Amino acid sequence: MFFLDHIWLIPLLPAFGAAIMFFFGRKLSKQAVDAVCVGVVVLAFLFGCGAVSQYTRWSHDYPGRPFEKILYTWLGSDTGHLNFLKHDGTPAQFQADDGFLLDPLSSIWLLFVTGVGMLIHIYSTGYMAHEGGYYRFFGYLNLFMFSMLMLVLGNNYVLMFVGWEGVGLCSYLLIGFYFHRKSASDAANKAFIVNRIGDAGFLLGMFTIVWYFGSFRFTDITALARSGQFSIGDPIITAATLLLFVGACGKSAQLPLYVWLPDAMEGPTPVSALIHAATMVTAGVYMVARSNALFVLAPASMKTVAIVGALTAIFAASIGLVQNDIKRVLAYSTVSQLGYMFLALGIGAFAAGVFHVFTHAFFKALLFLGAGSVIHALGGEQDMRKMGALAHKIPRTYRTMFIATLAIAGIPGFAGFFSKDEILWQAWHSEGGAYRLLWGIAYVTALMTAFYMFRLIYLTFWSPARSQEVEHHVHESPNSMTVPLLILAFFSIFSGLLGWPHSLKGSNRFEKFLEPVFSREAAPVLAEERPGQLAAGAKEAEHADPWEYILMFLSIGAAVVGWGLARSSYQNASEGYVEPIASKSPRAYDLLYNKYYVDEGYDYAFTGRRKLGDVRLGAMGLGEASSWFDSRVIDGTVNGAGWITRLTATLSTWWDKWIIDGLGVNGPAVAARLLSYPTRMLQWGLVQWYALVMVVGLVGFVAYYAWR
Amino acid sequence: MHSHILSIILFIPLAGALLLLFVPKDNKDAIRWIANIFALAGFLVSLPLVPWFWQQRFEPGFKFMEGGPNSWIPSIGAGYVLGIDGISFLLIMLTTLLGWVSILSSWTAIENRLKEYYVWFLVLQTGMLGVFMALDFFLFFVFWEAMLVPMYLLIGIWGGPRKLYAAIKFFLYTLFGSVLMLLAVLFLYFYNYHQTGEYTFSIQALYKTAPNIFHDPAYGVTYAILLFLAFFLAFAIKVPMFPFHTWLPDAHVEAPTAGSVILAGVLLKMGTYGFVRFSLPFFPDVAMHPKVRGWMITLSIIGIVYGALVSLMQKDMKKLVAYSSVSHLGFCTLGIFALNPAGLSGSVLQQINHGISTGALFLIVGILYERRHTREIAEYGGISNVMPVYATITMIMFLSSMGLPLLNGFVGEFTILQGTFIENWRWAAWAVTGVILAAAYLLWLYQRVFFGTITNPKNEKLHDLTPREILTFVPLIIMAFWIGLYPKPFFQILEQPVNQIVQTVRPGYPGTAGIVNASTSKGAPSTQVTVRLATEKPEGKQ
Repeated sequence: MFFLDHIWLIPLLPAFGAAIMFFFGRKLSKQAVDAVCVGVVVLAFLFGCGAVSQYTRWSHDYPGRPFEKILYTWLGSDTGHLNFLKHDGTPAQFQADDGFLLDPLSSIWLLFVTGVGMLIHIYSTGYMAHEGGYYRFFGYLNLFMFSMLMLVLGNNYVLMFVGWEGVGLCSYLLIGFYFHRKSASDAANKAFIVNRIGDAGFLLGMFTIVWYFGSFRFTDITALARSGQFSIGDPIITAATLLLFVGACGKSAQLPLYVWLPDAMEGPTPVSALIHAATMVTAGVYMVARSNALFVLAPASMKTVAIVGALTAIFAASIGLVQNDIKRVLAYSTVSQLGYMFLALGIGAFAAGVFHVFTHAFFKALLFLGAGSVIHALGGEQDMRKMGALAHKIPRTYRTMFIATLAIAGIPGFAGFFSKDEILWQAWHSEGGAYRLLWGIAYVTALMTAFYMFRLIYLTFWSPARSQEVEHHVHESPNSMTVPLLILAFFSIFSGLLGWPHSLKGSNRFEKFLEPVFSREAAPVLAEERPGQLAAGAKEAEHADPWEYILMFLSIGAAVVGWGLARSSYQNASEGYVEPIASKSPRAYDLLYNKYYVDEGYDYAFTGRRKLGDVRLGAMGLGEASSWFDSRVIDGTVNGAGWITRLTATLSTWWDKWIIDGLGVNGPAVAARLLSYPTRMLQWGLVQWYALVMVVGLVGFVAYYAWR
Repeated sequence: MHSHILSIILFIPLAGALLLLFVPKDNKDAIRWIANIFALAGFLVSLPLVPWFWQQRFEPGFKFMEGGPNSWIPSIGAGYVLGIDGISFLLIMLTTLLGWVSILSSWTAIENRLKEYYVWFLVLQTGMLGVFMALDFFLFFVFWEAMLVPMYLLIGIWGGPRKLYAAIKFFLYTLFGSVLMLLAVLFLYFYNYHQTGEYTFSIQALYKTAPNIFHDPAYGVTYAILLFLAFFLAFAIKVPMFPFHTWLPDAHVEAPTAGSVILAGVLLKMGTYGFVRFSLPFFPDVAMHPKVRGWMITLSIIGIVYGALVSLMQKDMKKLVAYSSVSHLGFCTLGIFALNPAGLSGSVLQQINHGISTGALFLIVGILYERRHTREIAEYGGISNVMPVYATITMIMFLSSMGLPLLNGFVGEFTILQGTFIENWRWAAWAVTGVILAAAYLLWLYQRVFFGTITNPKNEKLHDLTPREILTFVPLIIMAFWIGLYPKPFFQILEQPVNQIVQTVRPGYPGTAGIVNASTSKGAPSTQVTVRLATEKPEGKQ
């Protein structure tokens, strides 16, 4: 059981690569960077395969049990002295381990994260070959792999949060990779801060769970949640799951926090493929799936997840209909497909949601890498209006991208058909009633998906060339880029077979594999289990429903109709072609083209980057107001107190000098002096004066007596 | 050694200052070397404390006690008493480390009146260490006030353009707070005499009598609250808590870099330390009084959000970091008044983290200032093009400051928030917004200074960090990763004192009694409370 016991090495390998790049990357040659950074990810992939295969064998002996490996106590203390009070007043230990968990759910993520990650690393050696900061790019990619694997393999919420914030950081660093461009660093900041808003929700949700269940560990929480102590609709669990979902909305770009993902396309294209399409953005799906035991206890949260997912799906798809930047189309498509996944989770079809994550990882990574190959071939051009007729110039890119388009559009036989159809069917079937509306939304979205994807194919590959200039230096990408495309194309076709539905005489092995995670009967840890209170996640009897076939034909129809519409609109799109939506309704086109003006609205209301008239709202408005308050009112009070002290001191000095000392002390002295003047005259001290007085006196006396 | 280790740590910097007095002031290199050697020695000497303390971390009471009550001025009952617990231990280690780092960072920054600068800096170091070691209130007060003078001079002589305003504001504001505290202490001193018939400033003696005031029919709640407020004012100004914070940005902006590092890293912690060491154990019932506690929490939360908002709009880098301190210290006081083990240990840990991260942030600002003599954000842009190493280190410290997991800030913030949440979820919900805003103001600052292309020709020739400058960051980065990756030792060091305080404030708080009254052999963790849920650890069995 070497691989299982050393499962912690899987995330550590890429972390090691990142550390090498951090310390020595600057001095390494390109070959050395390739060897280290691609090497560690290949090793991680092989390790992951080993671990998963050992796990499947291990689970024969311990059916339904997740494998856990705890390395050490990370947060808090294991001495038993650091406790906190749970909601019922009993103490629980504040402790989160550095521990790893492998079960079918994390196995799937482990495999496709390392697998797709490996291919994208290889692709990047070609794509980034001539870029500056080569080692920096690969260091970040390795750091991302580490964070993503921590997220997936962590055995508790805090460790998941470590990966969660870690992938956010790497996303920030890689979106801002071309940091000279203001748009890139703006997009990076936006991504991080919007994600932080979601993370705040995640944190609060986590605190709620810990306060309620007394543990951070998934196995503890799942066991307790399934123990039957908690009733369905428990308000605390509902609040906790809703808060967790806020986090998921941030990371997985759902309404209303999706705004960062389209801007994230500022990063290099392999990054868009790896982080913003295949892996990181599915972290929210992983988190909700991981918390499925809690979500099924909170029907209100489930409903919210389903509704938000469906609305996001159609909202983003509608924007994607008219975008001209090839990467932006794919970005909105990603947001939309993520909406599908949440819709699946929200209606309790966890396995179907995860299955769509799995297939989506292949075809969406392929689409992005293909788009990267197109951009690479055109020397950096991303505007589809300047492309066209590339099918024969870059045949490998074209063929593989076409396969991915067939997959995402839901053409039968390709991977996306199986996963998307499963979601549509579950949406129709599992709840019924008003939930059929969600099916309707998802169905329209499927139609839109087919349309914008074939629009992309027509504008890029099939329609007449619209820019001679661009076309001159078209060249097919090197093998390091096209071979990953071929491998991904293979999986875009065949990965769907794992989930071949029962209705088509398949066995849906994918769903069976995931059963221990989602089924309430096979709770992983607790032996005694009260069987099914809720059928939300449970599977129905296996006999086929005629509706399933009808819906299947309907969704095939949607794909074909979408293709047809795109064909009629763009087949002959020459220079200066008009978008069909623009010609029908310029207003609607304007609204869609400007993405419903959501970014502008957010800038007015929340960030305060735009002023509403003269008033600045949002965080910056509050910041300005606080700064004013701080310097005027608070510091004004302090300085005022100082000023009053000085004024008092000045007044006291004046009082002291003129009143106390002047009037009180010197005043009497002056008075005495004035009053004493006459007497002083007698005591002048001049002898002559005395003599004069004496003579005058004598003369007086003599005169007096003489005259008498 | 064991019995006098605290005195040695305490007086090494002062000895260095005395020695410097005999060095001719023109011999600048000698002065620099002597000051640095003594600062480093101060740090190295404190290192043996780590293993020694570790062995007795679970034992109750203060460790490494020195001196006795009434040993200094017997006629008034003042004693030279030193002793530490886990809380002061961590703060002392932080002080010796930051003292060394900041003296090292001054090597080229200070040219003017060099000798006096280092003398005052070393005196300051002794003053700060004394505050964290003193277990006699008279002694404590001497250090508390004595340390104001060197800081006043550091700002007033080596500061920026408005240095006199800032220095006087700093001095008077803090002095104002401590005068009321002195009065309150005298009250406790005489109250202790009435209760026990003994005049003493011994803190451990006052611990026994001061809490009785609350229930004493002669005085009662009002007196207890007034006394609490007298202490509160001194500490709240020092922390600083909203709305007593405006001296801080001025002092920081004007102070020399090393002064800012120490000011943010250590001096502010004296306020939070005061709350933990005095306010809570002296007035446990007041601290639990819903109104008082409500006010403390409210001011903390306002500090968190408001500090972050003001920070967002600053145009001066140093002022931005200064206001971010207000926000971060808000987390620390929030954790203290959560009054449970998680909140308190998170708070102390966050105090250490803040010393590391914000200390580093001030060093970072200082490095640009030394090169360009301006801190205006608008003067910069595209700095990562010319100073890549500097940009990388800055990114790491920014991430640590904004609480990214696997770095130190996260551990503290998370623990505080967890502790706060279980008291009242609304408090935590408000505080969490500070986490979002922290990302906003730091990343925006980073974007404006480091990203983009160089637009200001003056920045084109900036040279990257020198080895000495890198060396000042190395210990801080190591600590940031250590606390982020393996914080358990820190939690264990804090367990005993934190549970002790919780027991004092909330007697019978479940799960805290075990360690406090444990007279068991050293290091044996009591297994009184182990709440593992239903399952065993299913370590990979085969």
